[in-house]
Amino acid sequence: MSATAIGDGNLFRHGVPLIDGIEKVTGRARYTADLDHAGALVGRILRSPVSHGDIVRLDVAKARALKGVFAVVTGNDCPHTYGVLPVAMNEYPMARDRVRYRGEPIAAVAAVDVKTAERAIDLIELELRPLQAYYTSEEARAPGATLLHDNKPGNIEREVHHDFGDWQQGLATADLVREENISCAEVNHAQIEPHACLMDFDPITERLTVQTVSQVGYYLHLMLARCLEMDSSRIRVVKPFIGGGFGARVEVLNFEIITALLARAAAGKVLMLLSREETFLTHRARPQTDIKIRVGMRRDGRITACACEVVQRGGAYAGYGIVTILYAGALLQGLYDIPALRYDGYRVYANLPPCGAMRGHGAVDTRHAFECLLDRMARELELDPFTVRRANLLHAPTRTLNDLMVNSCGLAECLDRVEHASGWRDRVGKLPKGKGLGMACSHYVSGAAKPIHWTGEPHAVVNVRLDFDGSITALTGAADIGQGSSTMVAIAVSETLGVALDRVRVVAADSAITPKDNGAYSSRITFMVGNAAIDAAKKLKDILVEAAACKLEAHPDDIEVIGETFRVGSGAQANLPFAEVVKVALVGRGVITVSGMFTCPPDAQGGRHKGGAVGSTMGFSYAAQVVEASVDDATGLVTVEKVWTALDCGHAINPLAVEGQIQGSVWMGMGQALCEETRYVEGLPAHASLLEYRMPTIAESPPIEVHIVESHDPYGPFGAKEASEGALGGFAPALVNAIANAIGIDLDELPVTPDRVMEALIQRRRQAKLASSLKAAS
Amino acid sequence: MHAPGARLKKRLLSLRLNGCWREDAVAEGALLVDYLREVAHLTGVKTGCDGGECGACTVLVDGEAVPSCITLAVRCDGRSVETIEGMATQGRPNRLQRAFHEKLGTQCGFCTPGMIMAAEGLLRRNPTPSDGEIRTALSGNLCRCTGYVKIIEAVKAAAGTAS
Repeated sequence: MSATAIGDGNLFRHGVPLIDGIEKVTGRARYTADLDHAGALVGRILRSPVSHGDIVRLDVAKARALKGVFAVVTGNDCPHTYGVLPVAMNEYPMARDRVRYRGEPIAAVAAVDVKTAERAIDLIELELRPLQAYYTSEEARAPGATLLHDNKPGNIEREVHHDFGDWQQGLATADLVREENISCAEVNHAQIEPHACLMDFDPITERLTVQTVSQVGYYLHLMLARCLEMDSSRIRVVKPFIGGGFGARVEVLNFEIITALLARAAAGKVLMLLSREETFLTHRARPQTDIKIRVGMRRDGRITACACEVVQRGGAYAGYGIVTILYAGALLQGLYDIPALRYDGYRVYANLPPCGAMRGHGAVDTRHAFECLLDRMARELELDPFTVRRANLLHAPTRTLNDLMVNSCGLAECLDRVEHASGWRDRVGKLPKGKGLGMACSHYVSGAAKPIHWTGEPHAVVNVRLDFDGSITALTGAADIGQGSSTMVAIAVSETLGVALDRVRVVAADSAITPKDNGAYSSRITFMVGNAAIDAAKKLKDILVEAAACKLEAHPDDIEVIGETFRVGSGAQANLPFAEVVKVALVGRGVITVSGMFTCPPDAQGGRHKGGAVGSTMGFSYAAQVVEASVDDATGLVTVEKVWTALDCGHAINPLAVEGQIQGSVWMGMGQALCEETRYVEGLPAHASLLEYRMPTIAESPPIEVHIVESHDPYGPFGAKEASEGALGGFAPALVNAIANAIGIDLDELPVTPDRVMEALIQRRRQAKLASSLKAAS
Repeated sequence: MHAPGARLKKRLLSLRLNGCWREDAVAEGALLVDYLREVAHLTGVKTGCDGGECGACTVLVDGEAVPSCITLAVRCDGRSVETIEGMATQGRPNRLQRAFHEKLGTQCGFCTPGMIMAAEGLLRRNPTPSDGEIRTALSGNLCRCTGYVKIIEAVKAAAGTAS
C-alpha cells in the first residue's frame, strides 16, 4: 500500500551499540541473583554422592523438623519426567529410586538462611546401593554392561544410520581414500553467570512467578506446568538480564523445577543460587566424541564420498542427545557438495552429568574431523588446502543430498577474503621453524526450520504497539542473552518504519506481556524474529500511511515517508510530522497493536527420512578462517598468533554486533581447541571451577580479524542470516592444520594441550630413532 | 524472620564507599562482596565463581583492583572502596563505561563491571598502557562472550591510545 520503499537494512551500517548496553556498563543491569529477594527463602540441593545406585532409604524428617526450614522436597514430590524432546523425557527433576550420575539432585530444602539450609541438607538421611558405573562410551556399550535405562539396550540412547547416494561406489572411484580417527574432549559452556532462579508462589492466587537464567522461557513454562501439575495460565515466566548462555540454558534445568516445587511447598519466594561447581554439574554441554571418518577424493581435490561414524558420550539422561547425534551427521552436508555420504551415529549413556546443546550444536566435532582429513588428503595429493575447498563448493540455490535447503552461499568469497588477508600464498610453508598457517571452513543453521514442539503456530511472532505518546514498543518473547537480539529487533522495526532508533523500545521475554517465542537457540532469532519484526513494522507502517493519506486527503499510494515525516509525493502540501500522523491513526481505535509473524514453509523443513528435520534451515551461514600458530617443541605449548575469519551472514543488520559475535565464537572454538576439557575421576568432576576448567584469558587471546561477507539471502530479514555460531567449528581444524604445517605432526585429539603435543613429539623422536637404528642394523 | 543459627561476632566497619563515608556492623568473617551486595545493595558487583577465579567481583580498594570475593570486608576499615556504581558522575558514564558501551566491550555484561574496574585501576596508574600491559592487567578477569578483542579496543579508546 505504501508508495515508499521498505528499509533495505542499510540505515545502521555504522553499527549500533546494544540498546541495553548502558545498563550493563553502569552496573544497573539486574541479573537473577541481583533481583530483589527480600523475604525470600534460600534453596539448597542434596546431590548424589555416587555415580550409579539405587536409593534404598531417603529420610527427610529431621531436616523438615529443623527450625527455620520451610520446605523439603524429594523425587516423591514430582512423579513427572521433564525434558526438551517430547520423545525423550527420561529425567526427573530429583531422582526417584535410582541415581545415574554423581551430583544428580535427590532432595532440596528451602530455609530461612544459608546456614540453616545447609544444616538441613546435612540432616537428610540417604542410603544408596551402588551399581556398576560407566565413564566411557566403550565401557557403557560393552556386552553385558548394566543398563542405565532399562528400555535402552546396549546403553545406546539413539542409533542413526543414514545413506545418501552410492558412497561405496564413490569411495571405489576415488584416486585417494583416507581414514582418520579423531576424538574431541567434552567441553562446557562456562558462561560467567552461575545458574540462578527466583521462584515466587502466591498461595492465595495460586500463581507462580518465575525469574531465571533460561534461554527458553517457553519450554520452561511448559515443563513447570507439567511437573507442578499447574494450569499454564497461572505461571508467568520473566527473563531478567542473562549472563551468557551458549546453550547451557536451552533446555529446562533441574534446579528450575526443584525451586518451583520448593516455592509452592513453602508457599512463598525461594532464591536458588547455584555455586560454580553446581553450575558445572548441571552441564548439558558438548559431549566427548569419537569420530571415524573416511573420505574419497579425486586427484583434483573433488570429494567423491564420505563415510563417518560418530560416538558421543551423552551422560546419564537424554536431554538434547537425539538432536545432537542427528546434527552431527546432517551437518556434514550443507557446507560442500558431497556426492555420496554414509553416516552412523551412536549416542551413548554413561554415568556422568548429561550433555546437551552447546554453540555450534552437534556440528563442531564432526566438522573438526572432516576439515582435518581434507587437509591431510590435500597434502598427500600436493594440493593447496584452499584448492580442495574450492573444488567442492555448493552453488545456491540448491538442495543437499539430505534435502537441506541452501538458499545463499558466500563461502567462495569467504575463502578469497581470508586467503588474501592472511597473505596465505606468500607465507604458507615459508614461516620460521615452529610456526605455521592452517585453514578450515564451517557453517551453521539460522534457526531450525522445524521447531522441537510442533504446534502449528508461526515460528516467530512479534507485536508492535503504538500509543498516544508516539512511542513504539516492540514486544518479543525472544531472549536476549547478551547476543544483542533486542537491539536487532529495535533496528528491524526502526529501519522498516523509518523512525528514529530511540523511538523504539523493546520489551522482551515476559510471558504475561510478550508473545510466545521458542527461545534463543540454533541461531534462530535474527532470521525468524527479525522477519516477524519487519512484518509487524510493515503492518504498522501501512496504518500510518493510511492515516496520513486521510489527513492529507490523498491516496495512500501517493504518500511519501521520509524518516518521521509524511507528505504527498508531489510535495504540494505541508509535511505531516509523526506526532500528527499518530493522532489521526488513533482516532476511533485507540492504541494500535499489530502482530508480525514468520513461518518456515514445509519444503524448508528437511527430508522425509527419519530425523530429516534436524539440520533443516532457511539459511546457512558460511565461514572460512586462517589461523597462524607457533609450537614450542621444548614444552609443547601452542600459541595462537593471529586469526583471520570471514563469515557470510547474508547481511549485517548491525555490523558492530556481527563482528562481536564472530570474534566470540572464534574465540570459543579456540578454547575448545587449545585447553578446554572436562575430566572426571570416578564420576567426580576434576574441572568444576574456572581455574581447573581452563579457558583462554585475555593474556593468551590473539587478535581476531573479521571480514563480513554478505550473500543477501533471499529469505533472511534484509537478507540476513546468523552470525554467532558459524565460525566456531572452523577454528579447531584450522589450528590443528596450522600445527601440522608448523611441526609436521597431525594431532588426532582435542584439546591440543602441551602434554598431548609433547607426547606426539616424543613419539616422533622415538620413531625416528628406531628408523635410524634399523637402517644402521641393515 | 530471623536467622536461627549462632550469632556471628560483628565489628563496626567504617569505609569510604564510592566517595561517601559510611558505617555498618559486619561479621568478622564477612566477605567484601557479600557486604557490598547484601548490605550496601551494590549489585553491580558480581559473583561468577566459588572464590577468586573469574574477576567478576573486582572493585578498587584505595585505587587498586582486588577481587572482593576473597577480601574480608573488615580489611577495608578506614579505606576507600569503589565499585562500578561509583564510576558514573551524575548519571554520566565515565570514559571506560562509554568506551565499553560504544565499542561493544560488553555482550552479556556479567563480567563487565569487574572488567571495567580492573581497567580503571590500570588507567589510574598507567594512563597510556600498551596492548601487553592491558592484557596483563585484565588477565584475572574472564569474559566468555567477546574473545576480548573489543575489550582491548575499549580500554585503548578510553585511554585515547586507539589507532
